[in-house]
Amino acid sequence: MATTIMDALFQRTLEDLIKQSRLNLIPEPTFLSRSLDEIRKELRATDLQTKSIALRKLCYLSSLYHVDMSWASFHCIECMSSSSFAIKRIGYVSASQSFDEGTPVLLLATHQLRKDMMSSSVFDSGLALGCFSLMANGDLAKDLCNEVFALLGSSKVLVRKRAIGVTVRLFEKYPDAVRVCFKRLVESLESSDSEVLSGAVSVFCELARKDPASYLPLAPEFYKVLVGSRNNWVLIKILKVFARLVSLEPRLAKRVVEPVCEVMRRTGAKSLVFECVRMVLSSLSEFESAVRLALEKVREFLQDDDPNLKYLGLHALSIAAEKHLWAVLENKEVVTKSLSSEDVNIKREALRLVMAMVSEDNIVEISQVLLNYALKSDPEFCNEILGSILSTCSRNLYEIVIDFDWYVSLLGEMATVFHCQKGEEIEKQLVDIGMRVKDARPELVRIARGLLIDPALLGNLSLHRILSAAAWVSGEYLEFSKSPFELVEALLQPRTDMLPPSIRAIYLQSVFKVLIFVASSNFMERDLNSVSFHQSSAIPGETSKGESIINLLNLVESSVTPLLGSPDVEVLERARNVVGLVELIRNEMSIQEQNEELGFLKLVNLLNDAVSEDLGPVSWNAPDRVSLPDGLILRDNLKELDAVLGGIELPSSSPFSVGVGSLFGEKTDATSSDSRVIEDLEVTNESNESTSLLSEHRRRHGLYYLPSEKSTNGAYDYPPANDPKSEEAGTSGDADDLVKLATQSFVSKKRPSNAKLRPVVVKLDEVDAVPVEQKRAESNDNLLSDAIREILSAGEAARGIAGANTFPPEESKENSRPIKSSSRKGKHRSHHRKEKDSSHSGKQERDREGNSRSRRHGDGRRTRERAGDSASVMAVATIVPDFLLE
Amino acid sequence: MIHFVLLISRQGKVRLTKWYSPYSQKERSKVIRELSGLVLTRGPKLCNFVEWREFKVVYKRYASLYFCMCIDQDDNELEILEIIHHFVEILDRYFGSVCELDLIFNFHKAYYILDEILIAGELQESSKKTVARLIAAQDSLVEAAKEQASSISNIIAQATK
Repeated sequence: MATTIMDALFQRTLEDLIKQSRLNLIPEPTFLSRSLDEIRKELRATDLQTKSIALRKLCYLSSLYHVDMSWASFHCIECMSSSSFAIKRIGYVSASQSFDEGTPVLLLATHQLRKDMMSSSVFDSGLALGCFSLMANGDLAKDLCNEVFALLGSSKVLVRKRAIGVTVRLFEKYPDAVRVCFKRLVESLESSDSEVLSGAVSVFCELARKDPASYLPLAPEFYKVLVGSRNNWVLIKILKVFARLVSLEPRLAKRVVEPVCEVMRRTGAKSLVFECVRMVLSSLSEFESAVRLALEKVREFLQDDDPNLKYLGLHALSIAAEKHLWAVLENKEVVTKSLSSEDVNIKREALRLVMAMVSEDNIVEISQVLLNYALKSDPEFCNEILGSILSTCSRNLYEIVIDFDWYVSLLGEMATVFHCQKGEEIEKQLVDIGMRVKDARPELVRIARGLLIDPALLGNLSLHRILSAAAWVSGEYLEFSKSPFELVEALLQPRTDMLPPSIRAIYLQSVFKVLIFVASSNFMERDLNSVSFHQSSAIPGETSKGESIINLLNLVESSVTPLLGSPDVEVLERARNVVGLVELIRNEMSIQEQNEELGFLKLVNLLNDAVSEDLGPVSWNAPDRVSLPDGLILRDNLKELDAVLGGIELPSSSPFSVGVGSLFGEKTDATSSDSRVIEDLEVTNESNESTSLLSEHRRRHGLYYLPSEKSTNGAYDYPPANDPKSEEAGTSGDADDLVKLATQSFVSKKRPSNAKLRPVVVKLDEVDAVPVEQKRAESNDNLLSDAIREILSAGEAARGIAGANTFPPEESKENSRPIKSSSRKGKHRSHHRKEKDSSHSGKQERDREGNSRSRRHGDGRRTRERAGDSASVMAVATIVPDFLLE
Repeated sequence: MIHFVLLISRQGKVRLTKWYSPYSQKERSKVIRELSGLVLTRGPKLCNFVEWREFKVVYKRYASLYFCMCIDQDDNELEILEIIHHFVEILDRYFGSVCELDLIFNFHKAYYILDEILIAGELQESSKKTVARLIAAQDSLVEAAKEQASSISNIIAQATK
């Protein structure tokens, strides 16, 4: 007992703890563990005062040093239940810092929260509500729903506004609470207290973010707030609500546009002005005068020295860019200057705007200037520039690119930018352009050659994807290649060791294609006795075709054979294909010398045909269009397969069988003649056997083998890829360039008459876009919007137009409400709607609206008719509020 | 809505954190690390907004302290700046020209004040006077309770109960 008293008397206070922690006399971990031990001991005390001080210390350590305090959650609840406000408050603050939905002791807190919420002290209920809003889970929200409802009707403003703030969380966690609390929330919109109103509008703003359609029926109430309130906090939020509603209901826009402009003119608060601007540009963009007014304000922002306003101005412009590009063009000077701002955010916004201004007339200049600028930027922004050039140019199947030769060389240039991280995207576009744009292929092959023969590029990891595209392109469009021999050399250079296996495989496949191409054209030439049909005579001083081919075969064989031991299946398989083909060509060449048999020629031609067939782009939904053949059952159990396969063993571990298996699979795809393929395979097998022996021999003698350490060391023999120093020469004075750009490029020029015609870009029948899967909303959100719709459409349901059985009758819902008198307004609303629909007298409407606006005469009839027509069609139309039909 | 409020000193020490959206303890320290790297490195003449993940962070530096609030993309940045300023003014009025030390030694009071200004990530009281009045009223409640509790006879009574 004595120790407890001593503990209480000589307990270290929070101040002592903080002082000690700031003195740094002992190392932090020791300090923490000592303090925690002490706190643990103190928390076990029976005295709540001691406990609360300990808890406060723990809270301090937790927020500053991220010490876990979930173990003390029970002590938080103990303090919360104290009758002393001081201790209670400590308990609540600790709980709100450390509790979350999953805290196990939350169940124990329910009763305490209920008691404190209903306490006569405003401070107690304030604490309880604040804490509830932070840690409510489904059960807690359900249990305390009625208390929150009661507090929503409290006469004390302090309590009421807190209760309103809490409803967001309440609805989110327990959607059924809408049925109880919604009416009081709506009533708060008419409160005379600005804090209550502000709270209610904030809640609706947050609710409407998730599901704006449900709140359309409340438009009249929102409108009253918009017109009536002079409080900037309220106006900002209500503008946000309207911005979301207007996009769903165009008729609302007409009503709102004038008040919004009015606010914009009247107010001096920049935050409110910006909110109006944003709303006009995003949701009211078809109202010319409003847009002009908004853009005037934007210009003021842009010319301000405050970087915040400048940033927001640019941001507003980028909202406008979508529909009013001229707005951006008018401010192009500011925009381009901002590109060289020291603030990343401003630069980023400016970049977005510059890209928005790009058109087919100025794309070449802008891209070039941006690329030069990218070379000087920090890596992150450099990649952002590259990314935005890539995405802008490829938009809608390269819509704005006229000159593909230029674009392809731009892609090549991008690949050599030092910080480039966009390899994947560039790879995709290189291949895509190859498939879609026939006319770009020669240039594509030229660029690919440049990339492939540069050994330095192989050392740069981020370029590997681009190299794989280059290798594929040059193999696929070989007919445009100046020198297949040189290409093979490039594809097989020693540094290709540095490539990952998947890309290595693509390299090998390209070698395979080159071999077939060379062989077929060579033999065809000899047979037909015709003169040079292709331009493969690039190796200087080469006199005989046959000799050059033999050289080629030797080169290929010596560099590919080592790969037959590759651990990667893909590389192994391709290597085997290549080596097999080399053997085949060799055999046939020696045979052919003696007798003029044409069998081999046939085979080569066949392979050539198979490889040289054009690959086109494939639509994303192509597989869907294949109809299911009769008798093909896809979703059947495959158990029977076991019986069939019972006798067959899996392929043995010998690398041959694996190779043959997969080889076979691939070949049958590629050619149509099965017998030919099998023959081919047998030859390949034989040759493989011999070459594998050979490779074994070579391995032993160390010939033709670059040891792996050496090859990595070799990396340093070359200059580092894309040395930034070498680039610097051309990239000086970027800011000047940019300004010049502003004056020149954006002036829409007439396209020069001698410009090339745009080549054909292959498009598929449908837009080839990736099918977008509709994102499913969370179930809780659905429940919430269902509940709100149900509440708001209660009146509609009662009138029985769409069928009386779809909703439960009004009365049953009224019964479920704890306090009936609160539904006065709801009854009023539903009654009002009923009357309007049955008689069209509109008398009551006039009562409601008469004092606010008197412009219903003009378009009233028209809109009403329209609404009548569409009422049966659209779900939204059935809940369109009366307000809109005026 | 405001997802969280952070007060970070120039040296990267956290002075106050308040989370209105659920973040686990682990995420919290990750967020703080990420943001202090992002915010503290920014120069003085740059704009007060940072794009971070799918959110925006509005921050403002007062003396050695950075006040940061994280909001949704379409929230109003200037409004949040005003809320930050509102908070700072109230702190200033309460402590009498507030400094970092005040917030260190009275960190719980900063929490109480913040709880009067924000609820569930929204502004609940825009009047400085009202907030000051409420805080003062609660303080006097606490004082009364403390006087009673700290009398030695009470401690002994508690301990020997």
